[in-house]
Amino acid sequence: MRQDRIIRFILMLVAFSAIAGLALIAFFIFKEGVPLIFQVGWRDFFLSSEWHPSEGLFGVFAMIMGTLMVTAGAMLIGGVFGLSLAIVMTQFSGPRLAGALKPVIELLAGIPSVVYGFIGVKTIVPLIRDHLGGPGLSVLACSIVLGVMVLPTVASISIDAFRAVPRSFWEGSLALGATRWQTTCMVMLKAARSGLVAAVILGMGRAVGETMAVIMVAGNSLAIPDSILAPVRTLTSNIALEMGYASGLHRKALFAAGVTLFVIIMILNTAAITLSSNRARAKGGAK
Amino acid sequence: MRLSPAASQRAAVAVMWTMTAATIGVLAFVILYVLARGLPHVTWEFLSRAPESMGRRGGIFPMIVGTLAVSGMGVLISAPIGVATAIYLTEYTRKGMLTTIIRFGADCLAGIPSIIFGLFGFVFFAVGLGMGLSILSGGLTLALMVLPTIIRTSEEAIRAVPQSFREVSFGLGCTRWQTVLFVVLRSALPGIGTGIVLSLGRSISETAAVMLTAGSAMGLPQSLFDSSRTLALHFYILAREGLPMSKAYATAAVLIVAMLGLNLLAYGLMKRFHAKAR
Repeated sequence: MRQDRIIRFILMLVAFSAIAGLALIAFFIFKEGVPLIFQVGWRDFFLSSEWHPSEGLFGVFAMIMGTLMVTAGAMLIGGVFGLSLAIVMTQFSGPRLAGALKPVIELLAGIPSVVYGFIGVKTIVPLIRDHLGGPGLSVLACSIVLGVMVLPTVASISIDAFRAVPRSFWEGSLALGATRWQTTCMVMLKAARSGLVAAVILGMGRAVGETMAVIMVAGNSLAIPDSILAPVRTLTSNIALEMGYASGLHRKALFAAGVTLFVIIMILNTAAITLSSNRARAKGGAK
Repeated sequence: MRLSPAASQRAAVAVMWTMTAATIGVLAFVILYVLARGLPHVTWEFLSRAPESMGRRGGIFPMIVGTLAVSGMGVLISAPIGVATAIYLTEYTRKGMLTTIIRFGADCLAGIPSIIFGLFGFVFFAVGLGMGLSILSGGLTLALMVLPTIIRTSEEAIRAVPQSFREVSFGLGCTRWQTVLFVVLRSALPGIGTGIVLSLGRSISETAAVMLTAGSAMGLPQSLFDSSRTLALHFYILAREGLPMSKAYATAAVLIVAMLGLNLLAYGLMKRFHAKAR
């Protein structure tokens, strides 16, 4: 029994490594980045678009806008396609067909982001350049590539949300004479609402954080894009592009961009986690 | 004009199936595009030789070694920690403050972008602890990155082990730890293996984090303290510089084949797990 207590204690210590890792990450990113934000002044850091590291100007406003634009575009595409994949799999196909569609999600999630970026450069970018104008490397190209990349996240979490709805809801609606589509719209979407919102939020987190694919298709220009056909630079791609040669203040500024990114992601994460735990609690209460 | 319920269902199903078909089409296109252009250039020479003149000629052997070293190390470090965490969460505690905090940490870690892991690994492992841009720094960074996946999949696998197995073991006089070790883990092993294989896949595909921590040296790494370029990063550099497209496609094809192979392995393990659980 004593041995069991010791083992329990060791396991508990090990179990804290994930949260300890998160704390370490936060500590070091903030330690490197936050002083610079104060040094530059938070207005000049967050609200200025002047990013000229050689002149000591570190404004990330354009990159924040860029990140928001490509994320919105990605969610429009990935959200709609991911949600309809989830609806098809859970509401309109039997277990066999759903089982056959599941690998599609897993493989889409498994393809390396550099490969997505590269294929985007080879196919989507020339299509946009030739048919819609502009340089091709653009908000639009980036949104399409990111949309495909967030699709598996949105789809798999939406599927979990639909599966968590009690089967009696579905049966009750059908028994009242509703069609499957009416049931989906009026019962399932409502009952699974918080899980679906969590799916979209986690997809957003993925889009905000994606780096390599974005570098390849976004064009990386520093101005705020004035149309969806203009090139764009995001917070992540800025870090990856300049980290290789940055030093001194410039490097600290990249960490400060990392702080910005970290805070955005933690807000999204916390929202998604709270939504899913609310759902779990609601379910527990219904019993 | 209002559509009848049946007609609107038909329309909705048609639209959603079209989108699903498009999704499947995109997946097939990506895989076939890379394989069709890349596989013809994947020869034994390509796999077994070192690159020459920045990758224009020669092969990718050092990158294969580097990728296996960095990803293997990440998963080897992460697996015991992740499985131990899952055991603690499922077998040793009830739901409470403590598990909520641990889960929150794991869930948040899962959402952190890889570039943040890269920045952290750079300033903590490479600079702070003096490991430099090396396989060690890269491996440790990846270990942290895949930890949530391993925790979650192990937890699911352990939860799926029927309660009666544990009761029988306790009834035979086994302690909790003996039960975990000889009964629970043994039955959950294929499920845990699935998580480990999927994490290996994620490590191999990773680019941003390893770029900032393992560096991009092209030589064959001699020790864990050497910098080493991984396959995904090599592909990125070739693609960006746009020099020899055949080499870039071939590298991408190797990555895709590895990804398909690992997914197939994970699928096989999962099937075994379900057969066992039944």
